Amino acid sequence: MHFESLSDFFAMGGYAFYVWLSYGVTFVLLVGLTIVSVRGRRNLFNQIRSKQVREQKLKEYRKGNENNEPKA
Amino acid sequence: MWKWLHPYAKPERSYQLASTLLPWFAVSSIITLLIGTVWGLAFAPVDYQQGESYRIIFIHVPAATLAMSAYMAMATAALVAMVWQLKLADAAAAAIAPVGAVLTAVALITGSAWGKPMWGTWWIWDARLTTELILLFLYLGIIALHHSFEDKVLAGRAAGILTLVGVINIPIIKYSVEWWNTLHQGATISKLDKPSMPIEMLAPLLINILGFGLMIGALTLVRFRNEVIDRNSMRPWVRDLVAQESK
Repeated sequence: MHFESLSDFFAMGGYAFYVWLSYGVTFVLLVGLTIVSVRGRRNLFNQIRSKQVREQKLKEYRKGNENNEPKA
Repeated sequence: MWKWLHPYAKPERSYQLASTLLPWFAVSSIITLLIGTVWGLAFAPVDYQQGESYRIIFIHVPAATLAMSAYMAMATAALVAMVWQLKLADAAAAAIAPVGAVLTAVALITGSAWGKPMWGTWWIWDARLTTELILLFLYLGIIALHHSFEDKVLAGRAAGILTLVGVINIPIIKYSVEWWNTLHQGATISKLDKPSMPIEMLAPLLINILGFGLMIGALTLVRFRNEVIDRNSMRPWVRDLVAQESK
């Protein structure tokens, strides 16, 4: 290891703020993008599912109406 | 080759291929990024001029380089979509854009945090920084265009045109440090010259470049699958997939 001690490592030779800011922001942005991307799939699936349910209901509703309609 | 490539024009096959590749890209990127980052942060020797602050290079250079590579990949996909009317290529271009935008933002922010201690300023309107900022705006514009039409084909075409026009910015970014006087240092690694850093520093940098590349691959695959599902939500195979997942 290049550094003498752990506190030496965190101090980064006096540049701690800039180095850890860079690594911190990068980590947050990349993890954030990963979470958003993975969640996108679940959201899409939920959308498609609710659309299917809506269509199913519409179908049943139409079927019901057909039977109730007065015959000419 | 066309015979072999042809089946992947079918969304279902492409989706399956992306699903097969995804775990490999995800796992290998996490491993390489861990190795490269720990090596770069804790084991690489100190820079004689810049002290420990140079350790920002291990994310700054991979992010900046690959933000440009991602743009070229996206432009290739946009061109393929435009010339051969391949809808899946549009999906690929739309998948890459947000990944490239985040990489560009990372390159700008880490560059800023590196510039403050080294140059004494967070920001300067010189060629390299300004063209990199334009790259971010190009990415944001392309993302906005992809979302601006209900019709995905139309949105893809509009975004594709902007993507192809924006390619002009890439060589300008690359050569900006040679064409203009700038605070930004020249290229660290180039194909023709010997790299301007010792192997103990170069190795973790190259590992991290590889890791960032694999990570872009993994994120693009995740987003590509979403795009394919979104564009084919009425197809039976997507309905089967949704039905399977809800069990």
